[in-house]
Amino acid sequence: MESTILKSRNFNASFGTNHVVKNVNIDIPRNHIIAVMGPSGCGKTTYLRCINRMHELIPGATSNGEMKLNDEDVYQMHPIFVRLKIGMVFQRPNPFPNLSIYDNVIAGYKLNGIKLPKGERDGIVERSLTKVALWKEVKDSLNKKGSFLSGGQQQRLCIARTVAMEPEMILFDEPTSALDPISTSTVEELFHELKANYTLVIVTHNMQQAARVSDKTAFFYMGELVEYDETKIMFTNPKDNRTQNYITGRFS
Amino acid sequence: MDGKYVKYRLGKSYGFQSLVYLLAFACIVPLLAILFYIIRAGITKINWHFLVNIPKPVGESGGGIANALVGSIIIILVAAVIAVPIGILAGVYLSEHRKGRLAYWCRLSTDILQGVPSIVIGIVAYFWLVRPWDIGFIHHRGGFSALSGSVALAIMMLPIIVRSTEETLKLLPDSLREAALALGMPFHRVMFKVIIPVGISGILSGIMLSVARITGETAPLLFTAFGNPYLSVNIGKPMQSLPLLIFNYATSPYQDWLNLAWGASLILLVWVLFLNIFTKVITRKWKVQF
Ligand SMILES: Nc1ncnc2c1ncn2[C@@H]1O[C@H](COP(=O)(O)OP(=O)(O)OP(=O)(O)O)[C@@H](O)[C@H]1O
Ligand SMILES: [Mg+2]
Repeated sequence: MESTILKSRNFNASFGTNHVVKNVNIDIPRNHIIAVMGPSGCGKTTYLRCINRMHELIPGATSNGEMKLNDEDVYQMHPIFVRLKIGMVFQRPNPFPNLSIYDNVIAGYKLNGIKLPKGERDGIVERSLTKVALWKEVKDSLNKKGSFLSGGQQQRLCIARTVAMEPEMILFDEPTSALDPISTSTVEELFHELKANYTLVIVTHNMQQAARVSDKTAFFYMGELVEYDETKIMFTNPKDNRTQNYITGRFS
Repeated sequence: MDGKYVKYRLGKSYGFQSLVYLLAFACIVPLLAILFYIIRAGITKINWHFLVNIPKPVGESGGGIANALVGSIIIILVAAVIAVPIGILAGVYLSEHRKGRLAYWCRLSTDILQGVPSIVIGIVAYFWLVRPWDIGFIHHRGGFSALSGSVALAIMMLPIIVRSTEETLKLLPDSLREAALALGMPFHRVMFKVIIPVGISGILSGIMLSVARITGETAPLLFTAFGNPYLSVNIGKPMQSLPLLIFNYATSPYQDWLNLAWGASLILLVWVLFLNIFTKVITRKWKVQF
């Protein structure tokens, strides 16, 4: 039985007078992978950042409309709770450069001042790193700085840091665009693993990636959600011809 | 092309190059001259006795600068305790709020403060803290005190710390702040646990430079800390400091006092050099690599 975890109704977002996300309606089912595609500048990142209320941190940025996580209005909750429930992974790996690998994984607890007994902390670090398939590679160098890892490892470390907080959803903004093909496929495999416990929303410019990893695909165009359907249907039989043009490469 | 012409141009180029070298060397000369002169005059005066004794009265030989050394350290420490937290927080504020009216005024006033002559700052501290005042329910007894000197020096440190903190933090990538915010950290934790620790080397170097800057300040101390021929650790009372000792003793006619002034000058110089080198070392060592 599919239950909806996130629901947007008539959602709009702007930078000052620049109306960037227009009237978006979407239902995101739990434990699914949703790919978000669309030409550059169409508002994918902006919409994604509205989900966990990162958008409002930019001076002059505004939004309105309905955004519900499990029937609870995200914009009525405290942003800190929202971000604890909806994690985010960025385009460029951004581990905390002053922290060790261990502390990077536990950063959400440590830096928030949540004290945990050592055993529990160790458990969280090992479990999170195992989930992102990084444990074997780094278990002997947990005290080294996170910034010494390769780009792909750093990105998995950032995913581990997000996973460690046990969120319900994880938002990814072009998570593999700064990675080499091998790291990319490792991260893609990871998505399948994570699906069991989390709902993933992934912005990507890579159509093969969207086709490979996602269950449903949303296509944005000039700030509007043009089409949203099963990935198979989107790639074989899209209804809107703007989607069709994009997928066949008529514009990028 | 004509060989002679090329030669002429090469000659001109060499001439210009030599001039540049010469002028660059000319910048080092004053420092070398000062170092040479002060070391020559001061090095023979410095020994253990000099460091742990206070000046002897006129007519007795020997004596040291312990009171000035201790006084300088206390005055500077208290100034740092006042200026560092305010400076860092203001710097954080400015780096977070690039625009806005308060940020504009804050930036403008730190810029102006940086250019205010130290003697003017001294006078202001004098009027606030040294002169007695009475506003009905608060009676301020006033009097010269180390604390009033520290306040004057703290005002001089502030703009340096504020601007170096601001510049350091502005250079940190936004992705760092976003990483922390996306983990559900409240703003103050993002600042104190992520942004400031990552920028710590730049902030520290600003603090060190501000200390180096005020170490030799004499003017603001003349009518605040005032000076004291005895060892005092009470910040509510007049206190000696290295620049004050040099100012007072260098102009005296007694050879013993002149010796103290030379020795104190050397100590001051070493202190400032040490701070500068130390700053370079910590900026390199503590710099966080991305
Ligand atoms: N920080 C910002 N301030 C002002 N305007 C912005 C800002 N970020 C984005 N925009 C504007 O919002 C629009 C949508 O940007 P957004 O980043 O959401 O696009 P995107 O779909 O993620 O593009 P890309 O595929 O290139 O990442 C753009 O036209 C851009 O000019
Ligand atoms: Mg984007």
